[in-house]
Amino acid sequence: MLPDLRSSIALASPELFLAIAAMVLLMIGVSVGRKATLLVTSLAIVALAVAAVWVAGFSHDGAAFGGMFVMDSFARFAKVLALAGSAATLLMGYNFIRAARFDTIEFPVLIVLCTLGMMVMISAGDMLALYMGLELQSLAIYVLAASNRDSLRSTEAGLKYFVLGALSSGMLLYGISLVYGYTGNTSFAAIAQALAADQRQLGLVFGLVFVLAGLAFKISAVPFHMWTPDVYEGAPTPVTAFMAAAPKMAAIALTVRVTMDAFEPIAADWRQIVIFISIASMALGSFAAIGQRNIKRLMAYSSIGHMGFVLVGLAANSQEGVRGVALYMLIYLVMTLGTFAFIMSMRRTTGHVENTDELSGLASTNPVMATVMTLLMFSLAGIPPLAGFWAKWYVFLAAINAQLYTLAVIGVLTSVVGAYYYLRVIKIMWFDEPVGGFLPMSGELRAVLGFSGAFILLYIVFGGPIGRVASAAAASFF
Amino acid sequence: MYQAIVFLPLLGFLIVGLFGNRLGARPSELITSGFMVVAAVLSWVAFFTVALGEHETVTVHVLRFLDLGALQADWTLRIDTLTAVMLIVVNTVSTLVHIYSIGYMHHDPHRPRFFAYLSLFTFAMLMLVTSDNLVQMFFGWEGVGLASYLLIGFWYHKPSANAAAMKAFIVNRVGDFGFLLGIFGVFVLFGTVDFNTIFANAPTYIPAEGAGEAGGAVLNFLGYQLDKQSALTVTCLLLFMGAMGKSAQVPLHTWLPDAMEGPTPVSALIHAATMVTAGVFMLARLSPLFEHSHTALTFVTFIGALTAIFAATVGLVQNDIKRVIAYSTCSQLGYMFVALGLGFYSAAIFHLFTHAFFKALLFLGSGSVIHAVSDEQDMRKMGGLRKLIPTTYWMMVIGTIALTGVGIPATIIGTAGFFSKDAIIEGAFVGHNAFAALAFTLLVIAAVFTSFYSWRLIFMTFHGKPRASHEVMHHVHESPPVMLVPLYILAVGALFAGVVFHDFFIGEVYNEFWKGALYTLPENEILEHFHHVPLLVKLAPFLAMLIGFFTAYHFYIRSPETPRRLAESQPGLYQFLLNKWYFDELYDFLFVRPAKRIGHFLWKTGDGRIIDGLGPDGLSARVQDITRSVVRLQTGYLYHYAFVMLIGVAALVTWMMVGNNF
Repeated sequence: MLPDLRSSIALASPELFLAIAAMVLLMIGVSVGRKATLLVTSLAIVALAVAAVWVAGFSHDGAAFGGMFVMDSFARFAKVLALAGSAATLLMGYNFIRAARFDTIEFPVLIVLCTLGMMVMISAGDMLALYMGLELQSLAIYVLAASNRDSLRSTEAGLKYFVLGALSSGMLLYGISLVYGYTGNTSFAAIAQALAADQRQLGLVFGLVFVLAGLAFKISAVPFHMWTPDVYEGAPTPVTAFMAAAPKMAAIALTVRVTMDAFEPIAADWRQIVIFISIASMALGSFAAIGQRNIKRLMAYSSIGHMGFVLVGLAANSQEGVRGVALYMLIYLVMTLGTFAFIMSMRRTTGHVENTDELSGLASTNPVMATVMTLLMFSLAGIPPLAGFWAKWYVFLAAINAQLYTLAVIGVLTSVVGAYYYLRVIKIMWFDEPVGGFLPMSGELRAVLGFSGAFILLYIVFGGPIGRVASAAAASFF
Repeated sequence: MYQAIVFLPLLGFLIVGLFGNRLGARPSELITSGFMVVAAVLSWVAFFTVALGEHETVTVHVLRFLDLGALQADWTLRIDTLTAVMLIVVNTVSTLVHIYSIGYMHHDPHRPRFFAYLSLFTFAMLMLVTSDNLVQMFFGWEGVGLASYLLIGFWYHKPSANAAAMKAFIVNRVGDFGFLLGIFGVFVLFGTVDFNTIFANAPTYIPAEGAGEAGGAVLNFLGYQLDKQSALTVTCLLLFMGAMGKSAQVPLHTWLPDAMEGPTPVSALIHAATMVTAGVFMLARLSPLFEHSHTALTFVTFIGALTAIFAATVGLVQNDIKRVIAYSTCSQLGYMFVALGLGFYSAAIFHLFTHAFFKALLFLGSGSVIHAVSDEQDMRKMGGLRKLIPTTYWMMVIGTIALTGVGIPATIIGTAGFFSKDAIIEGAFVGHNAFAALAFTLLVIAAVFTSFYSWRLIFMTFHGKPRASHEVMHHVHESPPVMLVPLYILAVGALFAGVVFHDFFIGEVYNEFWKGALYTLPENEILEHFHHVPLLVKLAPFLAMLIGFFTAYHFYIRSPETPRRLAESQPGLYQFLLNKWYFDELYDFLFVRPAKRIGHFLWKTGDGRIIDGLGPDGLSARVQDITRSVVRLQTGYLYHYAFVMLIGVAALVTWMMVGNNF
């Protein structure tokens, strides 16, 4: 027992490190007070970076805590992305929250805790670990969404997200209990064994539907997306950026793991659900975004659409498909962070603006910023040779190879519709009358935006090695 | 040398066309005109070596033009007597027009462009006349069409000039359509577009004697299976359609009067002396082909005679000085086609040759008049200019006596027109085809009209009392020498071209001169016969000329009231002539307005409502609709959101239950 515990602790050491770091940061914050925010934020970034290096370089594959915690190359890939995404958001957000006067020490601590929740989700090998990780992550986000307590919209966003999140958690739990009832197990491996041995039963499929509904809520896939536009718009922009990036990625990774590990024997069933959710998300994301004028709301619909595209890869149920999902999440993460770095820079002396019309003529007032944003929009729309094109290319290729022709065609068509609103942003920036420039970007936003622009532009050059890493990650399930 | 003749104008065009604005107006004028002078001198040298010398056909290979399977076309300069005659016509007139334009266009700010276009035109025309095959000829043919379009619309800020340019281009397209089909037909029949091969094989298309039906079908045209003879006829008629367009023959003549919107030197060069005679040249060049199709030649005679009389009648009542001359050109081209139709190719080319001189003289002279009276073109606002611009007056008179053919019958004293035009009329008398007699009658009547409208022009412009405003009359001035010298040179040609050259073209030394450049069948003896017509026939054109002159004199000098009374007593006829036989109105009704209606329909309904409406516009409107309804779902109420989630789960559960046979 003891050697097993020791190896388990060793396997989960990055998570334990983060948990301890979160406590320590909280202690520092409590003892020093509000003045410590900058220090705590910096330390949080360092902690996340250390954890990322730890995961990437010094972890090994295996299972811990009786199979509840799984570490494999897919988990490693997803965790590094989650940590990097969280660290980047912290980096981008500090100046923003300070300017908005809610620069409390809870902000970095909550993000670290949330990231810990993501890592547990990613490594979950059991329904209970899944639920624990998901709730830790969600609770942190509920609080973050409402963190600007003086803002009515922020509190409303937090409350809405909380209530609906509770509903979805209920569904998820109900689904887990059904699955447990029909298979007698909560461990993914055992569930898969039971499913492979027994005949498939209606109650179990009910459980599957409810579990997937709970997960779909977290990745804001249609029809469980309703909270997304309101919460994205209402929450403080750094929180929106955070929500759109790392947690989405973690939830997708979790969905992949649940479907591939636990429900592999009834793939025919979950694929139907995934295909439906995928088509609905792609269509709604594309059409609804056209009507948006608030750029955060627009990004909410954009993320809904992108989740639909990711699920195309999952629906293929193949190693190629999972590889597509992994690559898509990576590229999506980079594009989203870059876009939000841009949105956070939409700042005039009168304060932050969020309306797309404020971008009028940006190409003449701030050409560099406009050019990078144009790259990002083109990439989000999937224009070759930018990274966003390759993301779509891999998932559609997987769908085609899995004979999901209808799904691929619908995906391509909706991405055509979706291109409209990205191109509209570009048109506003380049062809409309200038309404005055923004204040100069701060250094960290400039760095994130620049990195993001360079990544999507140069992806075609170094896409090969990244693709190999993603292939290795996908191989964990096959 | 031959390359220099053809390519110097091109060089001038390229230099001035590309760098004209940087060079400035004066260097542009000097470069193009200088090149043209060289080319013209070389053309005369070529004329003396080829036409008057011992040389047979000279061919200069330039490069391989096309090599597509069976279709092969070289770019070769073919210089025989026919080409040499055209070379001197084109280059002499072009050179004089270049020089004249230096004075005439003096106030125009776009002179480099003007001179570049003139040189481009000259190059294209030279390409046409030196062509060795039909493809090359078509290249030149389209080139002159392009230059004509550019020059008619030179003053592009004038809507009427733009309209005229488009009209010229479009009407010529109709003719070119036939020309192209004709070229295709030739290629089908002979398997080549090369002149030498075509001419060598043409005799096999005559129906063999006593053979009855001349072989099987060789050409399918509009569903008709044509045997060799009919196929050749159809092909010739199609080729002639191209000539009708380019040479403004009824019913494709409508563009020529409107083309007078261009600057007057352009009218002189393109729409009198050279381009419009391209059709005549083409038929003469293809005489070995046309000579074998009696039907086609008969048709050519008919169209030529019709055009000659039609244009002459319209010319009687026109008031715009340039339009009178334009209709005169049209009419004279009709004469040439009559000659071609009768197989009297040499007379047609002879008339082309002399006509180039006196018609260019008349146009440039009228340009001098227009220049003098502050750009006024309406003859009703002229009059009494004789004293003020005597040089121009005398030049116009020389042009007129050359056009009307003043000379003493049965002698060799006479102006250019006296030899060439009278030869055609006499040829019509002895011609053998079905329309020869009709053509003779019409041509004599047309000669009366020609004389009348020519003298009417002189009398209305130069004699009588001034009808222009005092201010205009005050400014009337003689043109500068740069404009007058070309007139002198052309006047010499107008007076003496006939007497000097008639022996070569249609007389004693016919064979030595042409050296087989024009082909006639052995039974075509018109050249022999026309020398031996009755005296009355020889006198007919002379008498016609006198009648026309005295009528004009009576109408416009002795009793200026007569024309008005006549017009009032015959309003129907007068309006009919004044409106040019209502050809424009007819075309407007038949083609232009339906085409516009179809265009409007296809634009508004076809493209706008159907293609755009169901395509991009419709799709984007539906997308907007979907967007609106989707966005409306987003109410902001929590219970709506929760409801949607539960409905979603319920739907999924139902689907899994129903759709998966549990």
